[in-house]
Amino acid sequence: MSKNVIDIKGLYKNYNTAAGVFPVLKDVNLKVDEGDYLAIMGPSGSGKSTFMNILGCLDLPTQGEYFLDGEHVTQLNGNQLAHLRNKTIGFVFQGFNLLSRSSLLENVGLPLVYSSQTKEDRNKKSQNLLEKVGLGQYLHSRPNQISGGQQQRVAIARALVNEPRIILADEPTGNLDSKTSEEIMNLFDSLNQEGITIILVTHENDIAAHASRQVRFLDGRIVEDSRHKEFKVKSKKVSAE
Amino acid sequence: MFFSMLSEAWHAMGANRLRTFLTMLGMVIGVGAVVLMMAIGQGAQQAIKKSIDSMGSNLFIVLSGSSNSLGTRTGSGNAATLNINDAYAVADLTDVLMVAPINTGNAQIVYSGNNWNTSVIGTTPNYFNIRNWNVDEGYAFTDSDIRSATRVALIGKTVAENLFSDEIDPVGKTIRIKNNPFIILGVLERKGQSLDGRDQDDTVIVPITTAQRKVFGNQIPGSVRMVMAQAKSEKVMSIAEDSINGLLRQRHNIRESMDNDFSVRNLTAMANTAAETTKTMSMLLGAIASISLLVGGIGIMNIMLVSVTERTREIGIRMAIGAREKDILLQFLLEACAISIVGCMIGVLLGLGGAYMIEKAFGLEIVVSTNSILLAFSVAASVGVFFGFYPASKAAKLNPIEALRYQ
Repeated sequence: MSKNVIDIKGLYKNYNTAAGVFPVLKDVNLKVDEGDYLAIMGPSGSGKSTFMNILGCLDLPTQGEYFLDGEHVTQLNGNQLAHLRNKTIGFVFQGFNLLSRSSLLENVGLPLVYSSQTKEDRNKKSQNLLEKVGLGQYLHSRPNQISGGQQQRVAIARALVNEPRIILADEPTGNLDSKTSEEIMNLFDSLNQEGITIILVTHENDIAAHASRQVRFLDGRIVEDSRHKEFKVKSKKVSAE
Repeated sequence: MFFSMLSEAWHAMGANRLRTFLTMLGMVIGVGAVVLMMAIGQGAQQAIKKSIDSMGSNLFIVLSGSSNSLGTRTGSGNAATLNINDAYAVADLTDVLMVAPINTGNAQIVYSGNNWNTSVIGTTPNYFNIRNWNVDEGYAFTDSDIRSATRVALIGKTVAENLFSDEIDPVGKTIRIKNNPFIILGVLERKGQSLDGRDQDDTVIVPITTAQRKVFGNQIPGSVRMVMAQAKSEKVMSIAEDSINGLLRQRHNIRESMDNDFSVRNLTAMANTAAETTKTMSMLLGAIASISLLVGGIGIMNIMLVSVTERTREIGIRMAIGAREKDILLQFLLEACAISIVGCMIGVLLGLGGAYMIEKAFGLEIVVSTNSILLAFSVAASVGVFFGFYPASKAAKLNPIEALRYQ
């Protein structure tokens, strides 16, 4: 049996608005195995973005428990949460979110700045990863000099640079055309095959089809949690390592 | 970590060069003004100090009283109420280091075809010690010259320049003072102007005994116009003043109810007042200049606040990938400090340049001390930290989710 990298029990999240308390997540329970490939789906306002923020330790739940890689997230302080975001999680955003003033090499190495690595180490790791995502010839370019698909590859390289257990991707293909989306998804597939747990939010069924498990949100609750047969085999193979 | 942040601060400053430059300009002007104003103020203090030192330190002047003939009163120092023995008695007081009795007057001095009217001072060798006045060429007269009333003289630089052409060495030459020949023993070093603007080098100094007999022709033998007395230290000045007063009243048989027939003046007190005044002035200059430093600091704060707003999304990204609050705080603080310290360096250079130009153009005495530069630097760094802290903490306290959503 594989270990749970994510274990969420009885999670609630309320927003306090002028109109009163507004519940966004209601009694969410989720276990994610190491090596899982999870697609979170659901209409706008279903709470999936809020759920991703909590998964990414950017926000804390109002109630409930969240264990990430054995850490009791709801009991951690700001610095410890920052440490988790730095080491355990890699983020990929819809809008790429690269620093426009910095070169690709610096962008990819940025998380390493916050884990106090030397410049040589940072540049070496960043270069390896940029080569791995096929951008080895653009090390010193700026983000605005490359295409959207390439920028998303840089963002993925940045997410990978600290060797995280989990990658959280919030609509990673939302700003890309279908061909580039497919390329990006293939990159995620191969990362998953290397054993990295991937959780992505998407609207599109063909994107979600890449994942081995689909979780559907509606009105702040998980209404569907299904496994895709084809990928189940793959994830088992990884967890047996 | 620190260095990569420093290089990021450098990048951020370079991203909007004009804005960085204008922000820096506030610091440049502020620091430049402080350095320049302090240089001018300290220059003035230095000039005053020089004048005071040239006068001699911890000095009293005892003047003889005024005379009253047929209702016409003369000023202090004209009646023959002080004599040379009074001077020696004052010298024996515990708090007095030494004294120099002095007779002064003006006389026409002649050397071959040249003549010059100058002040003649008759005194004892102590005078040179009390006034810190050294002999440049030749040597000073001694106590034996006093005893035997030899006709020797020391001349100031101004007198030497007016009586002798450049080729002639005045030492050993004979000048005539009121038709009496005097051999020049030496030329005194240059003292420059006194506090009241007199040329102190326009003088001839002769032994007091010779002066009394040959130059001034005193009616009462041994009487002196004034006595210069030096107290042992600044601390005993007032005690010394009291004991001089007491001693002379006793020696002159002055009863309780009667006024002094002499007056004691404390020269250091006047000098201190002058020094205090310039000190106040230079502090005032510094204070005015530091207002511009404050304005520069506010400029930094303003721009940093704009910068934090502009870079909200960047801050969100950094937080999402693992920056702690203190990392963000440090980054923006460093940026503010970098602007302020680089501005300070340029300001110091400009201030020094300005000081140099003022010195050349107006001949004002300018003193640039390392202290004022260190002060400017530490003030600049603290301005950076102080005015950078609020924007930086604002950045560090941003909510990462909202920051990431910021367009």
